[in-house]
Amino acid sequence: MKRVSPILVFAIVILAIAVVVAIIGNVFTSHGMSQQNLLARLKPPAFMTGSNPSFPLGTDRIGRDMVARVIAGLQMSLSVAIAGTIIGAVFGSAIGFIAAHFRGWVEEVLMMLVDFQASLPFILITLTLLAFFGNSMTLFIILMGLFGWEKYARLSRGVVLSAINQPYAKAIVALGAGNGRLYLKHVLPNVASALIVQVTLTFPQIILLETSLSFLGLGIQAPQTSLGQILGDGRDYLSTAWWISVWPGLVIFLVTLSMSIVGDWLRDRLDPMLRARTT
Amino acid sequence: MTRFWVLKILRTVLTLWFVVTFVFVVLRTSGDPVVALVGADATPEEVEQFRQLWRLDDPLWIQYFRYVVQMATGQFGISYRDGREVIDIIAERIPWTLILGLFSYIGAILIGVPAGIIAAIKRGSAFDNLIMATAVFGFALPNFFLGILMILLFSLSLQWLPSSGTGTVWHLIMPAITLATFTAGTLARFTRSAMLEVLDKLYIRAAAAKGVGYWKRIIFHALPNASIPLVTIIGLNLGELIGGAIVVETVFAWPGVGRLLVTAVSSRDLAVVQGLVLIMAVTMVLANLVVDLLYGLLDPRIRVQN
Repeated sequence: MKRVSPILVFAIVILAIAVVVAIIGNVFTSHGMSQQNLLARLKPPAFMTGSNPSFPLGTDRIGRDMVARVIAGLQMSLSVAIAGTIIGAVFGSAIGFIAAHFRGWVEEVLMMLVDFQASLPFILITLTLLAFFGNSMTLFIILMGLFGWEKYARLSRGVVLSAINQPYAKAIVALGAGNGRLYLKHVLPNVASALIVQVTLTFPQIILLETSLSFLGLGIQAPQTSLGQILGDGRDYLSTAWWISVWPGLVIFLVTLSMSIVGDWLRDRLDPMLRARTT
Repeated sequence: MTRFWVLKILRTVLTLWFVVTFVFVVLRTSGDPVVALVGADATPEEVEQFRQLWRLDDPLWIQYFRYVVQMATGQFGISYRDGREVIDIIAERIPWTLILGLFSYIGAILIGVPAGIIAAIKRGSAFDNLIMATAVFGFALPNFFLGILMILLFSLSLQWLPSSGTGTVWHLIMPAITLATFTAGTLARFTRSAMLEVLDKLYIRAAAAKGVGYWKRIIFHALPNASIPLVTIIGLNLGELIGGAIVVETVFAWPGVGRLLVTAVSSRDLAVVQGLVLIMAVTMVLANLVVDLLYGLLDPRIRVQN
């Protein structure tokens, strides 16, 4: 067992704190996320003069508690990213499995779609669909779920193609196992580590995409909130109330940074081959 | 050789056709295309007029064919917000994005590539660690947050640079740095690993054995070989750059196509969205084609394989 680096410990602690805060968040403040206090508008955080002790991180333009806002934003951003990651991983891998299983024209068509997706920035496709269909929570989560599907598809197709030609897979088929059993019970566990590494890469990217869109006012809509949306809200108050933008920004930064560090570590642990190829 | 070029060009045409078809399908499945493109508050007479103008009673495949021709010739329609031709609205924004994009792209290459080379040569040194740490930071720091931090520091605290808009060279600095950071980080990481791979090769050792000087080895023997994967990543990063421009132009109120897209999406000015998406996609796809062809020129093995 190698010595665990302090940076990795830091990253894991940050992630653990983020998850715990997102789950039990309401313990940390007595204010609701949309509760307005018009007498305490734009109050600075506790360490500055003129602050109000019941709002340790300050308040926004209508006196909402920044602690409650940031926690609600964190809950939303994490939930959307988790949902998006799961949908993308399942959908993309399924496409890859199907392509690898059927080969022939099915594979050609699916891989052409993958190439098509890979040749365009995803944000462009997202914005087109949001513009034409109008923003809704369902559409938004589906879009976040579609992010990165082409990477899972490419990855799982490649790994499955090499896995089903291994002796163990041939042996299982010879023993009479059906396709479902072959892929789910035998091939999937063998490609899982490559997929998990991909998950750790996509997760922070989905957080960045969601917060970017919400920041632009095109993602999560009020009364719901997300870290990106709070940051965007604070943009008009930069000269008077920097804290509205800085707190959610810091949280996004710390969470994505920690996730990347943990992802790098996992990549080293689970798949030394992949590391040699991609970095 | 000819086969390689023809295949690449065919592939590009196919992708472009996919893009147009995608927008057509979205336009037709998202509701009444007339209402979508003319605006929800158009009168019934206007709607009827456009219905006839676009001959929406024709069979779908004829409409589809006509749509492809229209898009290919730049007839994106009229913005319902200011009544002007979409192509004109976009055309006046393009130079702004080009200035910003070129400036940050060249900056990112000038910083990222040398940083990656030095990190690779001095592998494991403090400089290497610093470069890699910065690259990880750049990856995790959302560009909108970086932009806001820079506004807070350089515009509001120090009052050195204007926070938004255009007019002087000073206005360009913060948006360009914000846009370049991510690309520079990616390039540094990639250059480093491409160089590391090449530096281990036997021909580098052979060059050393026959007495080629250290820097000559790095610049004339290692770098050309490392540049092959680098060309691809520089091409791929163009997509990141377009995505980044959408956000960064909005943060700094830069009047380019990215900001136009954001305002068009939020006001649902769909004719503009359609035009912008197609133009951005075409740019991306053509850039990829150029990269592919360059790749073929740089590395003869690729041509033969295909």
